[in-house]
Amino acid sequence: MPADGGIGAPMKRREDVRFLTGTGRYTDDLNRPGQAYVYFLRSSVAHGKINSVNTEAAGGMPGVVRIFTGADFEGVGSIPCGWQVTDKHGQPMQEPAHPVLAQGKVRHVGDPIAAVVAETLAQARDAAEAIEADIEDLPAVVDMKKALEDGAPKVHDDLTSNLCYDWGFVEENKGAVDEAFAKAAHVTTLELKNQRLVANPMEPRVAIGDFDMADGNSTLYTTSQNPHVIRLLMGAFVLGIPEHKLRVVAPDVGGGFGTKIFHYAEEAFCTFAAKQLRRPVKWTSSRSEAFMSDAHGRDHVTKIELALDADNNFTALRTETYANMGAYLSTFAPSVPTWLHGTLMAGNYKTPLIYVNVKAVFTNTVPVDAYRGAGRPEATYQLERVVDKAARELGVDPIALRRQNFITQFPYATPVAVEYDTGDYEATMAKLEEIADLSGFEARLAESKKNGKLRGLGVNCYIEACGIAPSNLVGQLGARAGLYESATVRVNATGGLVVMTGSHSHGQGHETAFPQVIAEMIGIDPSMVEIVHGDTANTPMGMGTYGSRSLAVGGSAMVRATEKIINKAKKIAAHLLEASEGDIELKDGAFSVAGTDKSVAWGDVTLAAYVPHNYPLEDIEPGLEETAFYDPSNFTYPSGAYCCEVEVDPETGKVTIERFAAADDFGNVVNPMIVEGQVHGGIAQGVGQALLEGCVYDEDGQLLTGSYMDYAMPRADDLPFYSVDHSCQTPCTHNPLGVKGCGEAGAIGSPPAVVNAVVDALQRAGKTDITHIDMPLSPSRVWAAMNQ
Amino acid sequence: MTNVTMTINGRSVSGTVEGRTLLSTFIRETAGATGTHVGCDTAQCGACTVHVNGASVKSCNMFALEAEGAEVTTIEGMANADGTLGTIQQAFQDHHGLQCGFCTPGMVMTAAALLKDNPTPTEGEVREYLTGNLCRCTGYHNIVKAIMAASGQDVSSIAAE
Repeated sequence: MPADGGIGAPMKRREDVRFLTGTGRYTDDLNRPGQAYVYFLRSSVAHGKINSVNTEAAGGMPGVVRIFTGADFEGVGSIPCGWQVTDKHGQPMQEPAHPVLAQGKVRHVGDPIAAVVAETLAQARDAAEAIEADIEDLPAVVDMKKALEDGAPKVHDDLTSNLCYDWGFVEENKGAVDEAFAKAAHVTTLELKNQRLVANPMEPRVAIGDFDMADGNSTLYTTSQNPHVIRLLMGAFVLGIPEHKLRVVAPDVGGGFGTKIFHYAEEAFCTFAAKQLRRPVKWTSSRSEAFMSDAHGRDHVTKIELALDADNNFTALRTETYANMGAYLSTFAPSVPTWLHGTLMAGNYKTPLIYVNVKAVFTNTVPVDAYRGAGRPEATYQLERVVDKAARELGVDPIALRRQNFITQFPYATPVAVEYDTGDYEATMAKLEEIADLSGFEARLAESKKNGKLRGLGVNCYIEACGIAPSNLVGQLGARAGLYESATVRVNATGGLVVMTGSHSHGQGHETAFPQVIAEMIGIDPSMVEIVHGDTANTPMGMGTYGSRSLAVGGSAMVRATEKIINKAKKIAAHLLEASEGDIELKDGAFSVAGTDKSVAWGDVTLAAYVPHNYPLEDIEPGLEETAFYDPSNFTYPSGAYCCEVEVDPETGKVTIERFAAADDFGNVVNPMIVEGQVHGGIAQGVGQALLEGCVYDEDGQLLTGSYMDYAMPRADDLPFYSVDHSCQTPCTHNPLGVKGCGEAGAIGSPPAVVNAVVDALQRAGKTDITHIDMPLSPSRVWAAMNQ
Repeated sequence: MTNVTMTINGRSVSGTVEGRTLLSTFIRETAGATGTHVGCDTAQCGACTVHVNGASVKSCNMFALEAEGAEVTTIEGMANADGTLGTIQQAFQDHHGLQCGFCTPGMVMTAAALLKDNPTPTEGEVREYLTGNLCRCTGYHNIVKAIMAASGQDVSSIAAE
């Protein structure tokens, strides 16, 4: 085993060197010979009928190569949706067409009307200003409940209404749930909003389409978390290019957070236009464009009710949610408020009866899809808020109420269709009490009081279902894709390895962590392993990175492929050592015969595989390269307990995060440094949602938060140092690494901790009528609540 | 179109630009120094931060013509003469102060400007100085820690886990 580079070592990241010296290769850093630039003219109104788009004057402007409009895409496919939800009556969801460029109508601010391709970006932008688009304003729908009223303007004229689906889960349990509520000793009800967010990876999206006349192949360079998924969706459904004629490359990608999972119109446009024009076409999103064209996240309006018996045991849970889909169905949008949300409603608790209703609604807004956590933060937020409210109503300690209702036996089958394999919620709560120094709270409270500040403490738990996902299960639930992962492990003659993974790294550090696993398995230095990802031309068909799946699913595929390598290498070693294969052991990078001092080094075996002069050619082929596809048998279930301490300035309503602690159970951990970094980033995004961020439309569908001037991103002085711990480890029982995934936990677990803490601070100050404030808890909202 | 010449990381670079060409565009496209990133269009994110005549500026907020004759330093000019990582760069790697790497050039350039003015900043001073630089990955924890470490301060007591 390597002394400092195997599983569990906090190895410094090798990819950092290029990022720290300006030698990373992000998509916008790439330029193709002879490339032209595209600028999209986007709708400035939320809803309108396109009477005409006159490009005559614009087409004659300097540098213009060609201007495309919706008419140029009549014979081209619709941007597809990858998940079909079936409603509570057994009917498929309503699924509107999504043209690459708007046809007939524009449906949200930012909907692309025309695309100007020119020699330079500045020329394209200038010409776009000269396009005369005659768009007749139509009344817009923004509010979800209003969108469902009779007579509401329809986003899609060919659908029966703005309702995408009305989903009940588990529909058969509804009667029993209602009955339990009728018998409850106490019912706590909470209405809340999980506001619309913009993912805002720091790198805006970029797409470069290229067409090679020599072989007729198309290439798309794009800022994607999953290049194979883009190749499949765009090739098969939009442009009709078979996969062997289409290559998708996602090089260094500057953050994703979900919004770079989806197939976007701009990708299809650049690939299409490059083929039409026989020259590369490049699009680089500005941040302003990103706000109106990147899929947004969250945007749920929920009523949740918790029923308890006389001993404060949870007896039933009932929720009704309106989920905004925006104007079109983004790639995985329908799955987020349903299967990634309803299945999480048990949380950490043994509530026996649960019913979840979700109405997904079309509005004249940017499409909404997965954003870090995707459905699971929405579930956790409402559940942990209602439990906190119940504790206040009952006059019991919120931590004690949680403990009393914890699931303690595993595996545990929830009433919402998932089975938790492992967990120890008491352990993470106990760890949290220690690292958050809960016993010291009273002293800190007194200190705050002395300084004229209100102090509050918020605690919550979370459970996540990630490591997405078993293909046969998600297929039954409506997924139009498998969710396995792949890896090819190629061993070179001199012993080094190249792993071609279907996972994609856009900040997660795969290039460092994945080699640690192989180093551990073979007993070599991790520097002997190179990771290749992000190019469909040289990686096996993979599903990419999201849903905290890279290590749990992609890492497992790599382990399986490496096991095949080791098995074959043992056969070669047995031949070289003239021993029985069953007696061969691999340790510290050498194969030995058990119970003897005979051994052969890793490098001698790999050399023999490629120079097979003395080789069992009658039994095995030369070479040492194996591929594995891993399809998980269950989700993984990370869990934890989070604590936030805030100070509220009673004069201004400003909330300051004073302390934040997170105790997570991620199962086994490969690189603790990377894991901690993931939690830090997730917490910042969760605190950002709780205190700062919010995407706002006015009633006409104008996007009021269209830049960093208006959309408040968390900055360094908004946040403290965090205390995070991952020492509670109940390994996953069904993947070979025993890992659970850590990418989304921070964003899932932190919003309720912050809001619980602010409500606690206000309650302690005697504002007992304040039981909830909707996020973001801006100074104005908190001040208004205190002074209503 | 106007000719402009400036020194970028010690190399003289000339090009013909429009009046509206931004310094960030000139650095990336004319000089080919793509380590300087553009993350927004309102001078809010700081990914494009470079040094012009020793002062830290957001290069998307300055026209290329305004840098005529200037000495510009970008992330590509921050390594040691022998090619090894400079002190701040090394501290970012040591303390995991970056994930996707997109904001990182701006963070390093801003940190360098801070430490020039204030060689041993407190945590609060670091956080205050970084408010013009957005990071979506790290939650700032390890960036602040890395900058304090680069200033020679002992950061071992800062909560890491």
